[in-house]
Parts: sequence; structure tokens; C-alpha cells
Amino acid sequence: MIEAALPGAVVEVVDETGSGDHLRATVAAPQFAGLSRIDQHRLVKAAVRERFDDGAVHALSVKTELPGS
Amino acid sequence: MADAALKQQVEELIAANPVLLFMKGTPEMPRCGFSMRVVQVLGTMDVEYGAVDVLPALQPLREVTTEISDWQTFPQLYVNGELLGGADIVEEMFDSGELAEALGVSL
Repeated sequence: MIEAALPGAVVEVVDETGSGDHLRATVAAPQFAGLSRIDQHRLVKAAVRERFDDGAVHALSVKTELPGS
Repeated sequence: MADAALKQQVEELIAANPVLLFMKGTPEMPRCGFSMRVVQVLGTMDVEYGAVDVLPALQPLREVTTEISDWQTFPQLYVNGELLGGADIVEEMFDSGELAEALGVSL
């Protein structure tokens, strides 16, 4: 889902509780270049908003980085 | 559509407090692990901050912050009128030293 919204992104998702609804995502995306952290997170959150809205995900920790960093 | 009076109140609070934390619970008694993490980080820094407990009006405040700063979840830390981030960003910036810089304090 994140990869579809941010082409070229490398995404690693960890299921923190084993229940599939508390996730930790590390995202490296070329689109992050030049953006503040908060704007990088906004991009990721926007990509997954649907899963929050339908209740599939309750909590998502996000760590963003530039590719190759 | 967010409540206009509440939105104005929030904007005034953000303008009046150079460092303002919207959180679940209070700094003395956080009611959420993410809010607690931000309180702990701020506690290690020599900085005064205002805190707003969002639990009594969670949904209306969520609508307000969505309009103001395109951010739906709490906690939210505002510094000099700008949303810095939630728990993930605050901790990351703390670790890198950027938080101290943003807050204008030395560790």
C-alpha cells in the first residue's frame, strides 16, 4: 500500500503485537528528499489512512529515511 | 468540518505557548504510552511547556488538528506555532539532537 503510493519506496513493516493491527513501518522513499520529517510522515500516513479508517490498523509507528542512508 | 470556536481556541493556545503538547492525559498522569514517551523526552530537557489533555474532547480536537496541521493522531508537539510531530518524530529528533535545537535548549 505504501509502496503503491510512493513508487520506489523500500518499506519494512513489523507486526509489533502479532495481532496485525499495531504496526511499525520503516520507509525509505526518494519522494522524501527535501521534506521535513513531519511532511515525510504525512506522506506515509496518507498512504495508509484507508486501513485506519476501516479499522484494520489501530497504531502505526513510522520511521522515515532517504534511500541509501 | 471542525467546530469554529474550538478551532479558534486551539489556534490561540498554539500562538500563546511556544512549546505546547496535545496529549492523552496530563504530564503527571499520561493515559497513553505515546503521550508518556513525549512527556518523558520533554522532562529530560530544560524547557517549559503547556499541555492540553485531549481526552475530554477527542473527536472534535482531532477534526481541528486535521484542519490546522493535517495530523489526526495524538500526541502532537507544537513548537513556535508549528507542528513538530508525534511521539516517533519527537524521539527521533531527540536522539539526533534536532529537538534541543528546535527548542533552543542545550543538553
